[in-house]
Amino acid sequence: MDEFLIRALLAAIGVAVVAGPLGSFVVWRRMAYFGDTLSHSALLGVTLGFLLGADPTVGIIAVCTAVALLLALGERQRVLASDTLLGILSHSALSLGLVSLAFLETLRVDLIGYLFGDVLAVTWEDVSVVYIGGAVVLGVLAWLWRPLLAITVHEDLARVEGVPVRRVQIAFMLIIAVTIAIAMKVVGILLITSLLIIPAAAARALSRTPEQMAVLASIAGVLAVFGGLAGSFHWDLPSGPSIVTSAAVLFGLSLVGRRLFSIG
Amino acid sequence: MAAITSPLAGNSVVEGPLIECRGITVRRGGEAVLDNVEIAVLAGEMVSLIGPNGAGKTLLLRVLLGLVKAEQGTVEARAGLRIGYMPQQLVLDATLPLTVRRFLSLGGLVPAGQRREVLEEVGISRLIDRPMQALSGGETQRVLLARALLRNPDLLVMDEPAQGLDIYGQGELMGLIEAARKRRNCGILMVSHDLHVVMAATDRVVCLNHHICCTGHPTEVEADPSYVALFGKRAASHLAAYHHHHDHVHGIAGEVVDAGNHQSGIQ
Repeated sequence: MDEFLIRALLAAIGVAVVAGPLGSFVVWRRMAYFGDTLSHSALLGVTLGFLLGADPTVGIIAVCTAVALLLALGERQRVLASDTLLGILSHSALSLGLVSLAFLETLRVDLIGYLFGDVLAVTWEDVSVVYIGGAVVLGVLAWLWRPLLAITVHEDLARVEGVPVRRVQIAFMLIIAVTIAIAMKVVGILLITSLLIIPAAAARALSRTPEQMAVLASIAGVLAVFGGLAGSFHWDLPSGPSIVTSAAVLFGLSLVGRRLFSIG
Repeated sequence: MAAITSPLAGNSVVEGPLIECRGITVRRGGEAVLDNVEIAVLAGEMVSLIGPNGAGKTLLLRVLLGLVKAEQGTVEARAGLRIGYMPQQLVLDATLPLTVRRFLSLGGLVPAGQRREVLEEVGISRLIDRPMQALSGGETQRVLLARALLRNPDLLVMDEPAQGLDIYGQGELMGLIEAARKRRNCGILMVSHDLHVVMAATDRVVCLNHHICCTGHPTEVEADPSYVALFGKRAASHLAAYHHHHDHVHGIAGEVVDAGNHQSGIQ
């Protein structure tokens, strides 16, 4: 196997493993649109990174964190419904990112790569960023697991039982920001949310506990990565969309499986 | 097995209330939803908070639980008070696979032996591996009660626990709650919009309609003119005769209106 393909596989598998449990929470907490908003703002982070002479990953984490905190504050106002607020931020951030990139005339960027991912071009450095960032995300998520699940089931009940709701929610938003930063190279900012929610949704049909669903979502994500990269390698398909397409096929199969075995 | 202590024995110990609030005022859109409200629950005492829909009962519970900040007034809880909370309803997303066992574990880790006892106490042992979404209304309420009891509470706070249950289900649940109180000598604060559901077990009724209308033993409250005005003759006349002395009555929004202009307020 060529080395670039090994790097691509390792990076994509790393992201898929992280996306499983995190994406399960995104599904349970109905935060798909929130994920979209954060990932759309990632492009602005890329620009920021270049302007500051820092790594784009750092810029993405900074911008996504800022947007996440902004949204957390925005949830408290009652003037706009949260989907309107998310819609405004999501598309403004994406447009602002594209505009700011256009201003940087000296910079030649692979825009399609940012939007849809270019996992076949990852370096060993990128792979290590995926695994370090992924380990941090999974570590924090494991630590947050029970309180976050308690909040997801019933926020008031969790609060009365002593869960520091606000802090847990913000920590969760922050690890989503980190996940977006490390997943961008693999599927691109427009498709990150799908990598979070499709494997999780596919895993639902076969799960009886939250933990099962999280693990099965990771497995589904890894399968989608193998399928997608195989398609990309053999038929020269764009890697990001190819991975997401195979995840969607898995989801379809899970629906059929659910019918056949009437599980869950 | 430890002797079951009566609620009165608990009351006779000289100590302050488990939880107490004073002068609570909360406004929404300029209107006082809670207006200078005070309430207290003693150890082993069962207090029922009754009132019509929109009277601010749930809001008052949320203030006491620290979920909502009141604009005015104070809430004082005894140091180290353990509260078991049973929320009004539990709506679970269908995408969340959750068994009863896993749901109960979310409140904190409990030794297996104690968990088994509580499960048997509320009669849900056989449901332990069922998905939460597959439970009936009555079963869900029992599971919520179990989660509250697993915290070994000094005070149980319940928001319309019998809501949506038929008359047998209501009776069964109230029986479980009463037995749980006797066993633990814990205080109970319960919201209900029907006095007769909570009548048998209640030590003290607080009738709320934005402000405290009346308070006392269920039979006293039932005969209280402001209770009669709020709930109507039919509801009130279930028990003893009442004396129809209005000092004030309530309009449709709960405001106090001149008794002379009021069309009895009974539907």
